[in-house]
Amino acid sequence: CEIKQLSDCLIRLLLDRRDGTRTSEALTPAAAARDEFQEELVIRPLHSGDIYASFQFRTLWDTDFLQEGQKVSHYRLFPKSLGQVLSKFSVRELHISFTQGFWRTMQWGQPFIPSPPGAELWVWFHDTVSDVDGNWKELTNVLSGIFCASLNFIDLTNTVQPSASFKPLGLGNATDHRFLRYATLPREIVCTENLTPWKKLLPCGSKAGLAVLLKSEKLFHSSFHSQAVHIRPVCQDEQCTSKAWELRQTLNVVFDLYTAGQGKKEWSLFKMFSRTLTEACPLATSSKVYVDITDNPELFELSPATPLLSQAVVLGDRRTYSVFDLTRAETFGQLRSLNLLLRWKGDGEMLRPLLHAERYVAGFGLQTGEIHTVIYNNHPYRAFPVLLMDSVPWYLQLYIHTLTVTSKSRDNKPSYIHYQPAKDRHRPHLLEMLIQLPPHSMTEVTVQFERALLKWTEYTPDPNHGFYVGSSVVSALVPSMVAMNTNFTQDQPLFSSFVPVKEESSYFVRVYTEPLLVNLPTPDFSMPYNVICLTCTVVAVGYGSFYNLLTRTFQVDEPSLPLAKRLANLIRRIRGVPLLT
Amino acid sequence: MGLLSDPSRRKVLTGLLTRLNTPICIVCYLAGIVWFMGLAFEPFTLRTYMSENAMGSTMVSSGERALSLAKEFDAHKRQAYDGMPVEWLVKAMQSRGLEVFTQSFSRKLPFPDENKERYMVRGTNVYGILRAPRAPRTEALVISAPCSPGDSNNQAVGLLLALAQYFRNQVYWAKDIIFLVNEHDLMGTQAWLEAYHHTNITGMEYSPLQGRAGSIQAALSLELSSDVITSLDLILEGLNGQLPNLDLANLFYAFCQKLGVLCTIQGKLQRNDWDTAEGYTHAAQTMMLMVLKQACGRSWGDHGLFLRYHIEAASVRGINSFRHYKTDAATIGRLLEGMVRKLNNLLERLHQSYFFYLLPSLSRFVSIGCYMLAFGLLVVILLLRALDLWVHLGAPALAAVEGVTEAQQPSGPGVLTVLTPVVISHLTGVALYLLPVHLQEMAVEHFPVSETEAVVLTAVAIYTAGLALPHNTQRLLSGEGTEQGWKVLKLTALLYLAVLLGCTALINFSLGFILAVTLVPITASMTPHMPKALSALVMVLLSPAFTVLYCVFIYQELIEAPVSVSEGWMLFLSVISQGILDHALYGSLVYPLLALFIYPCWLMFWNILFWS
Repeated sequence: CEIKQLSDCLIRLLLDRRDGTRTSEALTPAAAARDEFQEELVIRPLHSGDIYASFQFRTLWDTDFLQEGQKVSHYRLFPKSLGQVLSKFSVRELHISFTQGFWRTMQWGQPFIPSPPGAELWVWFHDTVSDVDGNWKELTNVLSGIFCASLNFIDLTNTVQPSASFKPLGLGNATDHRFLRYATLPREIVCTENLTPWKKLLPCGSKAGLAVLLKSEKLFHSSFHSQAVHIRPVCQDEQCTSKAWELRQTLNVVFDLYTAGQGKKEWSLFKMFSRTLTEACPLATSSKVYVDITDNPELFELSPATPLLSQAVVLGDRRTYSVFDLTRAETFGQLRSLNLLLRWKGDGEMLRPLLHAERYVAGFGLQTGEIHTVIYNNHPYRAFPVLLMDSVPWYLQLYIHTLTVTSKSRDNKPSYIHYQPAKDRHRPHLLEMLIQLPPHSMTEVTVQFERALLKWTEYTPDPNHGFYVGSSVVSALVPSMVAMNTNFTQDQPLFSSFVPVKEESSYFVRVYTEPLLVNLPTPDFSMPYNVICLTCTVVAVGYGSFYNLLTRTFQVDEPSLPLAKRLANLIRRIRGVPLLT
Repeated sequence: MGLLSDPSRRKVLTGLLTRLNTPICIVCYLAGIVWFMGLAFEPFTLRTYMSENAMGSTMVSSGERALSLAKEFDAHKRQAYDGMPVEWLVKAMQSRGLEVFTQSFSRKLPFPDENKERYMVRGTNVYGILRAPRAPRTEALVISAPCSPGDSNNQAVGLLLALAQYFRNQVYWAKDIIFLVNEHDLMGTQAWLEAYHHTNITGMEYSPLQGRAGSIQAALSLELSSDVITSLDLILEGLNGQLPNLDLANLFYAFCQKLGVLCTIQGKLQRNDWDTAEGYTHAAQTMMLMVLKQACGRSWGDHGLFLRYHIEAASVRGINSFRHYKTDAATIGRLLEGMVRKLNNLLERLHQSYFFYLLPSLSRFVSIGCYMLAFGLLVVILLLRALDLWVHLGAPALAAVEGVTEAQQPSGPGVLTVLTPVVISHLTGVALYLLPVHLQEMAVEHFPVSETEAVVLTAVAIYTAGLALPHNTQRLLSGEGTEQGWKVLKLTALLYLAVLLGCTALINFSLGFILAVTLVPITASMTPHMPKALSALVMVLLSPAFTVLYCVFIYQELIEAPVSVSEGWMLFLSVISQGILDHALYGSLVYPLLALFIYPCWLMFWNILFWS
């Protein structure tokens, strides 16, 4: 955390202490809007032998911050700090994620909620906002304080307005991308300082319920850590007559069985989180733990066994889950605590996820390079279109005429291209393409670039580390193997209900590629003074004089005669006698 | 500069320079050689030191680590006997928790490589990536071990796998680590690197890589061929004389000191008696070996190819020299673990320390600022001679200002007399560069030789044929060569050679220096008025080809494997074929430099000698 942020954090902590009374307010006015809180933990043993734990906390509030003339000041479950921000900046939808690590699609399959390494923030503003850029700038600074992150480094040079890739996930059919802002900070490092403010947004904090498991010393001892906040308007009921606000806090973490397990393939809640569960959050209407047992009993053994089973279609796959309802006392058994235990039996194979993408920089030398984005469609017989979005900083000067898209070594013409060129020091490149992926194919998108020479004050303190280029985003509707569930009214687990499913035959997937680390031509900063002095001297003395010598012609001039001789010559000329020299 | 713009004082200065030209040149030459030899003298060199702060000694907790090396590889050694056991390697890496990928490549050499007995090369690289936890796949380190046929280098692969297993259980990695086992030594590395960076410079055919790990920050290559190691040798010289950052050598040296492992460079141990004659000779020999190895521009280990991609890399070779002092594999494992861990700590690429240096021993180095002076002293001779000629050329012209008709004469035939030999000698150079490889089939048809011999002998033949050119050049020209003509030609050739050597030395000091030592004396003193037979002999004996021959003999002498004249000749021929192969396979630039520039330049002076 920078010093400025540190002070921001302190201020926030103090403020929070002061309005910490919000949860204890039992006297709810009758007129106040209904709100509810749900919490959920999904544990999915992955094929690679790792364990994926996904927390979701959802707060629903039947109110509208943005309604004119109505000032919302009474908060119960919804965090006041976020509510105020939403109403002040007229935010329609806000998605922010902090991720440390890279989601390994090839080993782990698709995550429930994908996120790129570093920080990602995208916001839809209400269409009444006149100064979107101003609101955006202020919002990032405020969020930077709330989450103790370097979001204040988001400015116009790394903000883009994607035209198609990021549609609102909630209510409303906003299509005017002037009200959308998207930015990533691939270099952002996520640590406990970001986790603490995130936990403080929960109604129970980390005192009760599933959140007691969120101990940073274990969460950050993992292969992947991602925490996010998603705020969006949703329907209050099936008829969708009025709007409700939904706040989803998600935390995804993948534990490495290998490093921490010391060879033993055995896992329990206690080993993962160094805590067991003893109660649900008292404010929660539902509190559940799901364990994916689709591969049971081939891969692992689960204890204690539970009779409650639930089936859900998620990411194009029908999965079976054991459900542990924390609101029921019998879940905890006689020990009054729940410690799930998993024993592994076999080894998993590499997955072939239907959609998979990766990216790298090709070429060598510090002048030019080529960005390669490779997208795999592993579906055996279905072709489907994907939207590829690339946001490249201005200091990589893209040669857009070198853009090629090839599938199966044939040219693949994108049906839609949106390209916004960069302006030096003002805005990044934005490239969006709709590409049809043939079945069972590898599609390669390449574009060449030139590395810009920065001004010497524009280099970071560690210029030889390189400069980051954020992940590219591949969004697609992937054909589903099983019929997706389009019925919203059913009481679904949270993890399967984040992205609305509009049709049965396909499901929405977003895949992020790895960020790039690109070396720019870097002067030797260790001795700039010597270099500048020497160069200037050589140029001034050497070049100047040599130029002078080479361009001038020299003539030996006659020494002027002394005055006496000149006078004598004058007389001699009159006399007609030869002159003296 | 006022000195030069004042005509009378300028006259005095130029007079002084032309009068004392020969003594000054001789003094410069001797001073250059003496300075160079002095570089190996310990009081004149600097002690090496770690520049990179992130690799400071406090960053790694040393102490006994339980690194138990898998002895199981001994059993699998036999499996590795015929080619590369790809399937076994894939399984072995997968069971250690790495992401494993393979890459196949093939390449038809321009002509058969008789040293390594290969022509149509087909191979497979196996690599496993250890993903660092919570790292976004932007940075990587490479540990590679060439899997060569026969019994050699099995221990390196075994150590690599043991390291992989140990590293997999550690949590402190911040960069992905790629474990690469490459077949056909350099060609495998070349195929892998080209595929990783999606370039194709040398026309290799390879399958694309499936897994990557971002930009590679550093690489280490292991070469261990016996169970018992007495010392470790560090190899730094890479393609085209590129060297890795000196901090990499410092790191190796620091860990060797810490773990008490004997370490050598150029296969020579360090001595402490710098003040004795033996001590100095030892240091000078070590440095000379480095200069010779660097000058030949080939990659002396797998690491050499990484340098092109701005990846700092070095090879570590285990040596069993039957000393009493022995190092077990666990210690070497610990040494490598320490080095990799420190590289893992790097925040930036290695850039703090020197990229241009010579090492008289592992703990002493000569920086570019010191050794360039030796080269500068040699090249300044060429400039002085050029200045002398310039003044001589200008003086009669000044005298002829009064007679306007005479002043036209010297510049009239000038352009053609100079241009013709320049063009003809360069065409010879082009022929020397292109014909050997392209004419091999024809040569094999007409003479009872193998392809390789055909290529080398064609090269020698063209080189020798070039010597006959001056007479033909003279016949081509209508006018007779004048006194003015050869001076202009020599002036051009001197400046050309000075620029050539200067540029070469900036990239590869050793090559530039060795060429300067042999070429400068003859080029500086050559005139048509010298006794033809004697000076022709001297010129031939100091020609680029003979320089290569001398280097072969000196190198053999220095590695304590002296050869007889006939063996030396065979070695010389194989060096030529290796040079051409290195150019074709890896893009080494020494052969084209010699054929296209240095040799034609030398021919220009040869032309002057036979000016009539």
